[in-house]
Amino acid sequence: MKRSWWKGLVVPAALIVAAEIAMRLSNTTSMSLAAPSDILAALLRALFDGSMLVATRDTLASAGAGLLLGGLLGLLLGMIFGLIPIVNRLMEVTVEAIRPIPSVAVLPIAMLVFGFGYSMEIAIVAFSCLWPVMILTRAAMAGIEPRLIEVARALRLSTTQRIAKIVLPAALPRIMVAVRLAAAIALVVAVTVEIAANPLGLGYGILVAQQGLQPDLMLAYLVWIGVVGWSLNATLAFAEKRLFGRAAQVEAAGA
Amino acid sequence: MNTSNDAAIVFDRVSLAYGGRPIISDLSLDVGRGEIVCIIGPSGCGKTTALRMAGGLVRPLDGTVRVLGEPLTEPRRDVAIVFQDYGKALLPWRTAAANVSLALEAAGTPRSERPERIRTLLAKVGLASHEDKYPTEMSGGMQQRIQIARCLAQDPAVLLMDEPFGALDAMTRQGLQDEMLSIVAETGATVFFVTHDLEEAVYLGDRVIGLLPNPGRIGIDLKVDLPRPRDQLETREMPEFLRLRRTLFDFIEKAEA
Repeated sequence: MKRSWWKGLVVPAALIVAAEIAMRLSNTTSMSLAAPSDILAALLRALFDGSMLVATRDTLASAGAGLLLGGLLGLLLGMIFGLIPIVNRLMEVTVEAIRPIPSVAVLPIAMLVFGFGYSMEIAIVAFSCLWPVMILTRAAMAGIEPRLIEVARALRLSTTQRIAKIVLPAALPRIMVAVRLAAAIALVVAVTVEIAANPLGLGYGILVAQQGLQPDLMLAYLVWIGVVGWSLNATLAFAEKRLFGRAAQVEAAGA
Repeated sequence: MNTSNDAAIVFDRVSLAYGGRPIISDLSLDVGRGEIVCIIGPSGCGKTTALRMAGGLVRPLDGTVRVLGEPLTEPRRDVAIVFQDYGKALLPWRTAAANVSLALEAAGTPRSERPERIRTLLAKVGLASHEDKYPTEMSGGMQQRIQIARCLAQDPAVLLMDEPFGALDAMTRQGLQDEMLSIVAETGATVFFVTHDLEEAVYLGDRVIGLLPNPGRIGIDLKVDLPRPRDQLETREMPEFLRLRRTLFDFIEKAEA
């Protein structure tokens, strides 16, 4: 494992070198392609003049706020649906009717309600993050050891105590999986909304570069979005391990 | 049987059915205060169900269950339940001490008093130096000790034990039997002990009640006249012990036939 960590990098490195050579040899001026070295230069330029950092901040702020909003709502609804079967049955058709709507399809409505800007993007991101968190939380509620619920009953824990001391910790590993999933969705949806309509963030940056016939900058944005997405996931995975190491370990042992 | 008011647990003509199938039919039984009553019987005789009714986890369809003179409608904090599957009944994300703490948190014990109580309770069940270990790091016997400590933290007047030592090896089981007896002797708690081990029932009980299956009802009610404190070797060699064991063995054989 340790000895061959670089092996996975051989293919991408070879591809980058090949692309560089091909671009230099053919000497084309393309509107969709750029040499890797030009892309890197454009990336560094955009980073140092601050434009890309501002765009990153805008995208992450919208995605983060949407994730927080949608995630909390999804957590709450998932807990209610998971713990109170009658509510779940009552809401089943409604949820299944709304859930499959592609998040981008609510864009026109969101634009009418919120106009352009952060709140519109946040609303759409929240809408898309709500469902996976809700469904996984609901499933996590069903997966709680029934004996623990009996222990809670026997000790006469209040509803709040039961949720804080038994339900949430027991469901935490699965809820964390939902949060990671939703975080990936949040970034995708935020960038999509920016490309489709909203004049801010990384998605808008990539659109402007494309329309300004700057393929190197456009691809630099693409590379940067990949880096941001990867870092986001790595950060969450690290946080999960650090914060909930014990719970995750238990989950693994029990599985 | 007469339902006297000083009994700890009273089943008064209790019946229960699941989906039309009778589980327990017309069960009447008194458990006196401070008494250790062991319940045996073939599988499907409703012994665990009876225990769950005494704990308020299940409500009877007919009749009433009274605990310490009051009709039972929901679990009470002074009635502690020791489940057989200790691995599932403990919170795996909490240490031994924090698991015991759960009962104190439920009872609203002030935060400042908890550490001292937890230390005393864990020492009582022989886990003095294991406070900071997680259940998964401990053996089955130790995990069951945590659960017993958590139940003792409830200051129970009644201990309901559902085959608590059934999953443990013979040596651990005997050790825990004696520890339980000495703890109960100290606190004067009433014990309702479900087991499938006939020798265990005779060894622990003041009385052994055998249930018959389909539907569950009382088949035998034996008084155990063995001196206390009991001794794993001497008690088990007494003629009276052997006689009771024989009677119960015959009962089970007939009940299962």
